Amino acid sequence: MRISVEINGRSHEGEVEPRTLLSDFIRHGAGLHGTHVGCEHGVCGACTVQLDGEPVRSCLMLAVQADGRSLRTVESLAPPEGGLHPLQAAFQETHALQCGFCTPGFLMSIEAFLREHPQPTEHEIREALAGNLCRCTGYKAIIEAVERAAERLHRP
Amino acid sequence: MKPAPFAYDAPRQLGEVLELLAREDEDVKVLAGGQSLVPLLNFRLARPDRLVDLNGVESLAYLRVEDGALRIGALARHADLERSAEVASGWPLLAEAVRHVGHPQIRVRGTVCGSVAHADPAAELPVALCVLDVRFHVRSVRGSRVLGADELFLGFLTTSLEPDELLVEIEVPAPPAGSGTGFAEHARTHGDFALGGAAALVAGEEARLALLGAGPVPVRFDGAPGDLPDAAVADLSLTGPDAEWRRALLRELARDALERAVA
Repeated sequence: MRISVEINGRSHEGEVEPRTLLSDFIRHGAGLHGTHVGCEHGVCGACTVQLDGEPVRSCLMLAVQADGRSLRTVESLAPPEGGLHPLQAAFQETHALQCGFCTPGFLMSIEAFLREHPQPTEHEIREALAGNLCRCTGYKAIIEAVERAAERLHRP
Repeated sequence: MKPAPFAYDAPRQLGEVLELLAREDEDVKVLAGGQSLVPLLNFRLARPDRLVDLNGVESLAYLRVEDGALRIGALARHADLERSAEVASGWPLLAEAVRHVGHPQIRVRGTVCGSVAHADPAAELPVALCVLDVRFHVRSVRGSRVLGADELFLGFLTTSLEPDELLVEIEVPAPPAGSGTGFAEHARTHGDFALGGAAALVAGEEARLALLGAGPVPVRFDGAPGDLPDAAVADLSLTGPDAEWRRALLRELARDALERAVA
């Protein structure tokens, strides 16, 4: 089936089988390798992307279901002129990643979360992170990164 | 893993969906939110011949209050329930229970009707719906029927829906005047499958309680609020080395849900 998906503002077209997962289309069809594939059954959250602004598991959607829709992946975060998104910078400063495999999923989940909760409590942050697994950091540094990013993004 | 091959249809009309479901020569499955079905496809635990994707059927994407009852269409997402002001004020039990379903990333896609039709014994919404005396509206090319919770849930991942039937709407009547509701659950981490849970509705001296994690289907008990926690867990046939721990957990969760209902 022929599909056309807008990813990070650019249209990506491709021929896919109905069974092609969206995560595989993003990586192999569109060639965007920032989205990582971990468990492929919706548990780890590494493949999280934003579909029309909302965080979703790209391994739990078929590519054909994204036809005509608009996606954002981790590649959209850093400004085109270079440097890091404030959330990425906060992750770097607080050592909120070690191997980095889970990081794209965390970033895309948290970026959406902070839009809905500009001044989150620690409890809200912990709940928001529950859908993403990290096997390196123990989460403390990630929570700190989210707090730091929230402060900076919220400051007028 | 990746799904085995299947044929795929994305109709725009309910009638087309029902026609496709009625095909007798094929194993046809409905794809709504996909948050339970797609993992099963990826594991190849499910290998349907054909998927009928509901997402293009706009007439099923609704959550509205009509004649005092909440009507949840087949494409209403968990997030719709979670974000609805009408649900928060009129059916706070559902607003509370839905926040325990998976994670935000799951609730954005997952549908309420899909969760019910999947009938996972660890699911929150079937238990919450059970104490609200809901009616499940089912359609097929053969006609329509209306089922209560005790008629729909048959066992582990098993409902009385026939292969050609679609759960098109859940009708939730307004809770009795002056009643209160409460929900409590225990999971190892927020959003993980619950080890136990309880939904309660209290109206004066009468209470309804439904337990999650007490068996293959939601278990409902009616009685006086003070007696229910002990009465409900007394006859549960729990097995395994942690049976007594689970019985104690369910009793505490029942008490907690009932207390929240009167608070």
